[in-house]
Amino acid sequence: MSTSNKLTRRQLLTGTAAAGALGLWGGLPWPDRAWGADKVKMGFIFVGPRDDYGYNQAHFEGKSAVAKLDWVKAFDEEKVPETIEVQKTMESMVKLDGAQVLFPTSFGYFDPHILKVAPQFPNIQFLHCGGLYQEGKHPQNVGSYFGYIDESQYVAGIVAGGMSKSGKLGFVAAKPIPQVLRNINNYTLGARSIKPNTTVNVIFTGDWSLPVREAEATNSLVDQGIDVITCHVDSPKVVITTAEKRGIYCTGYHCNQSKLAPKGYLTGAEWNWAKVYMDYAELIRNRQPIPHLVRGGLKQGLVKVSEYHQIVPGAVRNQAEAAKAKFMSGSMVVYKGPIKDNTGRVVIAAGKEHVQTDIWLESMDWLVEGVVGSTKS
Amino acid sequence: MDVGWWGVLIAVLGGAIRIGTPFLFVSLGECLTEKSGRINLGLEGTLVMGAMTGYAVSLHSGSPWLGVLCAGLAGMTLGALHSWLCSFKRVNDIAVGIAMMLFGTGLAFFLGKPYIQPSAPRLPSIDLGAWSDIPQLQAALQINALFLIGIVVAVVLAWMLKHTAWGLKVRVVGESADAARALGLPVHRIRILSTAQGGFLAGIGGSYLSLYYPFNWSEGLSSGQGLMAVALVIFARWHPIGCLWVSLLWGGAAALGPSLQSVGITGGYYIFNAIPYIMTLAVMIITCSPKRTLVGVPHDLTVSR
Repeated sequence: MSTSNKLTRRQLLTGTAAAGALGLWGGLPWPDRAWGADKVKMGFIFVGPRDDYGYNQAHFEGKSAVAKLDWVKAFDEEKVPETIEVQKTMESMVKLDGAQVLFPTSFGYFDPHILKVAPQFPNIQFLHCGGLYQEGKHPQNVGSYFGYIDESQYVAGIVAGGMSKSGKLGFVAAKPIPQVLRNINNYTLGARSIKPNTTVNVIFTGDWSLPVREAEATNSLVDQGIDVITCHVDSPKVVITTAEKRGIYCTGYHCNQSKLAPKGYLTGAEWNWAKVYMDYAELIRNRQPIPHLVRGGLKQGLVKVSEYHQIVPGAVRNQAEAAKAKFMSGSMVVYKGPIKDNTGRVVIAAGKEHVQTDIWLESMDWLVEGVVGSTKS
Repeated sequence: MDVGWWGVLIAVLGGAIRIGTPFLFVSLGECLTEKSGRINLGLEGTLVMGAMTGYAVSLHSGSPWLGVLCAGLAGMTLGALHSWLCSFKRVNDIAVGIAMMLFGTGLAFFLGKPYIQPSAPRLPSIDLGAWSDIPQLQAALQINALFLIGIVVAVVLAWMLKHTAWGLKVRVVGESADAARALGLPVHRIRILSTAQGGFLAGIGGSYLSLYYPFNWSEGLSSGQGLMAVALVIFARWHPIGCLWVSLLWGGAAALGPSLQSVGITGGYYIFNAIPYIMTLAVMIITCSPKRTLVGVPHDLTVSR
């Protein structure tokens, strides 16, 4: 009896709006949920540990935020390798936990794993973090979401440039892939937008998690006179603590590391997955279509900038805030010609501009003028 | 102060000490174990377990030195387990070593879950560079007492192996178990003690990684230091003082890659980062000969029998 009561109430609540929209649904197909199931069930899969002060922690914080909602049931599994393991995890989350939507957050989960499992469960949504989904080519119940964290790096670059006395910044990076290069270039362009002579010294460690080499890289950069450092590796913990020990400033990445460097953590580029996951949860609760592609930066709230350290003076803050405001209004174009790379070649001619969503930027293989480093391995 | 190209030299000097210290402890441990006629490939697991234990104890007790001690004890337990398993008939020490390596890392990851995020108290450093007015050199010469302890251990171990009755017994057991039995020596007990002490040193090597440099507990902390130690011992000709030089050389070579990039040698960093491994391979190839055995090799080792 109680089941049918719920049924009626739910139908009344979701009401006419949903019914009206039914015919227009062009998005993802909806799971045939039992009407009695009243919570939105979301499953999250991480490639590393939940609390790594890095990429995985950023996602876990997002998951924790949706889990607080009383109409959501969120569960997760960490340290799932990008192998057949993740396929098993996805299957068990659907079959045993009753997940309606899955968020496999690592880049390497997509092909072939999501592509293999998704067609078996056409009523479950598979939303992948990364830019690999293609309309028409991939299953209907697959989608992707990603944030333009390079916008936050641009703002952090302004703060770093403003605080540097030597005019030399450091960047410890894992591999020269487009996403990493875009962060390096944005950081450099941000710093040079206020101090045109600033240089950014980059060291590629060769892999995503090499604590000893990250520490060595940081030490070598400090020895060369850089006085603000940032990084793009899986867990920035080692770079941040080493910088603090050497007494230089740092800006963070992935999530807020200010606790690790109370003296030198100026600001940082952070993900804001809570916003994305909340939005998805709302859409599912209201039975609205889920967009296949979710992209956005500061304006859409997918990324954010860590709170500035109190030692950052007002003038620098204002410059950073001014750039942030331009991102928020959508009027900022970072890649506006003329832009030269660090070998002197003109990569973007004068008068030409590439806006944030330009697909051309996603194949970046050059370092902007002012970067000391090379993409060649 | 602008040090330019001298930065590479400073980085190699600093790296030799910073990166070399854990290698020193693990290779000394492996050296002692192999001198008694066993190979312990499980030291990689012991190292990771030591790193986790050291970090956890330092966090809970507030004393990093207590962490170092507990890391040693954890390593000792794993070493004793390895040698106890090996003392059964027909049990191969290399196979047990691989099992212990997986067991040690797995157990450390399992138990170390809650310690990835918190920041434990760090081991203090000693400023040996105060005489210099170059800040980079001062930073490179900021060393940890464990490095000095490692040097002392190397010297003492070398002396004990050569000049004491205990050292002679270990060597006899390592050279020929049959001869040792004929002399009435307790072969298993000596091997268990040597492997356990070796594990103790390897555990301390692990705690150096988590409590001093790079100072972090994470599952990617070890980059195979425990496994490389086996090669380093061959490199060092089973001599503790050799282990010291080899560890320093290895540490310096590992620092070369990042420091070259910092001065603007930006190409070929994969090759530069591989230099320590290339160096080890080269030494192995040059010193290997089918016509003779290596100087200093304990003849009862499973690989040289």
